[in-house]
Amino acid sequence: MPGELLRVVTAGSVDDGKSTLVGRLLHDAKAVLADQLSAVEDASRRRGYEGADLALLVDGLRAEREQGITIDVAYRYFATARRTFILADTPGHVQYTRNTVTGASTADVAVILVDARSGVVEQTKRHLAVTSLLRVSETVLAVNKMDLVGFSEAIFDAIVADFAAAAAKLGVAHFTPIPVAALAGDNVVDSSPNMPWFGGSPLLGFLEQVEPAADVEMPARLPVQVVLRPRTRQHPDYRGYAGRVEAGVLRRGDKVRVLPSGRLTSVEGIDTADGELDCAPAGRSVTVRLADEVDVSRGDLIVVDGDPQPVTTQELSATLCWLTDTPLRAGDRYQLRHTTRDIRAVVDEVRSKLDIATVLDLPATELGLNDIGSVRIRLAEPVIVDPYTVNRSTGAFLLVDQVSGATVAAGMVR
Amino acid sequence: MTSTVAVDALERAWLTDLEDESIHIIREVFGQFERPVLLFSGGKDSIVMMHLAMKAFWPSRLPFPLMHVDTGHNFPEVIAFRDRKVAETGAQLIVASVQDAIDSGRVSEIPGGIRNPLQTVPLLDGITGNRFDAVLGGARRDEEKARAKERVFSVRDDFGQWDPRNQRPELWDLYNGRHRPGEHVRVFPLSNWTELDIWAYIEREGIEVPSIYFAHQRPVVSRDGMLLAVTEFTPPREGETVRIESVRYRTVGDATCTGAIASQAHDVAAVLAETAASTISERGATRADDRTSEAAMEDRKRQGYF
Repeated sequence: MPGELLRVVTAGSVDDGKSTLVGRLLHDAKAVLADQLSAVEDASRRRGYEGADLALLVDGLRAEREQGITIDVAYRYFATARRTFILADTPGHVQYTRNTVTGASTADVAVILVDARSGVVEQTKRHLAVTSLLRVSETVLAVNKMDLVGFSEAIFDAIVADFAAAAAKLGVAHFTPIPVAALAGDNVVDSSPNMPWFGGSPLLGFLEQVEPAADVEMPARLPVQVVLRPRTRQHPDYRGYAGRVEAGVLRRGDKVRVLPSGRLTSVEGIDTADGELDCAPAGRSVTVRLADEVDVSRGDLIVVDGDPQPVTTQELSATLCWLTDTPLRAGDRYQLRHTTRDIRAVVDEVRSKLDIATVLDLPATELGLNDIGSVRIRLAEPVIVDPYTVNRSTGAFLLVDQVSGATVAAGMVR
Repeated sequence: MTSTVAVDALERAWLTDLEDESIHIIREVFGQFERPVLLFSGGKDSIVMMHLAMKAFWPSRLPFPLMHVDTGHNFPEVIAFRDRKVAETGAQLIVASVQDAIDSGRVSEIPGGIRNPLQTVPLLDGITGNRFDAVLGGARRDEEKARAKERVFSVRDDFGQWDPRNQRPELWDLYNGRHRPGEHVRVFPLSNWTELDIWAYIEREGIEVPSIYFAHQRPVVSRDGMLLAVTEFTPPREGETVRIESVRYRTVGDATCTGAIASQAHDVAAVLAETAASTISERGATRADDRTSEAAMEDRKRQGYF
């Protein structure tokens, strides 16, 4: 479908040339403007580089340019005749893996970079573990710096085989390998004359054509953000529940349940400022009117009656990506933020953590920065959840430090 | 004809995606904070943000006041537009004045007379004085490379400072607005919009913007590679020749540092076509304040700028 948004996350280890690849993609897709390019050329010259270092296009912070590395997620925007893209460019350094988690959480496609000279390394597995865990539906393996290995098909094939082995262990069903040389632009936008043995699309062509797998079909869910009661002369008795449809398709007349109370009613109307809608698919921000007077407030979930039904529970079994320096131990207390609810939580048990090298779950009693592990959480009030594998919105949550307000973990309901 | 309209609607599906995301963000602000405020300058981005906020709460009224950080060096068309919009919507407008801050000695003029960097102090005073805990701004990540690193919900410490090395991870569409007393959160609902998206949306929604965004005849001088309007704040310097040219503005800021571009685009469709064909970025073309150094925006943002 032309004109729709595709969200892409890129991840790679230090010096894989990821910023160069992204810079090249933007440059060759004509998303870099003349003044930005001349600023990059000036900056490259000042640093004594040969030619324009396209990485300087994306490394926006002073510290990033000084150290020549990407520290934080940078969002880039470009459009072709076929599609509009939002690209989250995430850093390679192990200590910044939390930013890969951030970029992956909203992405439809993950582009994982490896250096053709070093092949699949621990960071590559970590990135693959993160993007598969966060259910990014399409994975691209971009083998970069092919120019430095003589554009060798055999080296490319060996790296693809290594990656396939790690992917199989992590349950990644399929991925698309592309050999590239970002510095010169081989297989970024145009097919590379140096690698005639490669029959696939260059990276941009792939991104333009790929159709990410549709969400699991399920009854609609709408977490209530705001209750709208204008009490104006035109709308004296209006009462609408504003929120974003987070799964399925919501239709006028649908029988719905308001959770956690469980009251049954039906959708009388779906309003927007532009008029009423007959139906609203996942992603739409709407305001719902219900047929009966029921008590609904922010934090409630309006669910179309049907299977699979969400689970109302005060105990969660979940996978966490730990995002902060202070380790997590059993008994630690946090705020849990899920859809539009904010609930006190205690981590009762740390069960295991993922060993990246072997891609196996090992028993553990604590989680440190960048660890991915399995935990059991107890809540002060019920939440209404689906497994993350079924729905990326109602299956996701954050743990928040009660004092500083920092986001310390990304959580996925098992 | 009908088929053309249908194709157009389909091709603009991404605008509906962006609108839905922005409305979701704006509603989260209302849900999570006690005292939000929406920054409104009369520039196109803040106009689009206000339009989205009105849609987010329809049929209720806008539940936030507006705040304008006024450098005192304004384009009169923009101030007139601002005041008319405020009157039409019945919103409350708070003006944080750079001139007042200069008069009271809170800030001092800098050589060259550019006042954009001086907005930080009145902005922070306005936030503290009104005890605002969330400040909605129209900044976009495509504007500038430091802004490309900004979160949608971005915490500012007690001193209004941004710490780019220590930002909260922002996952899924779960926005974390929790903050300590004295801190506030800047919220950028237009984070994922580009300049082209803004104009395409202005066209689709039929949104009114100030007349200086369209081509008009104006006396200008060439300075630092930009076309600068001759106004009471920016008289011609020695050796500069004043010419009358057909120009328009791509951004609207302080008159002393916002340049115009030569243009014949008299309506939104023509502006959209020019924007799509432009080879120069919005801020690069017309903002002297961003040309100071590679990290000019990052440095201003760290101190509490928009």
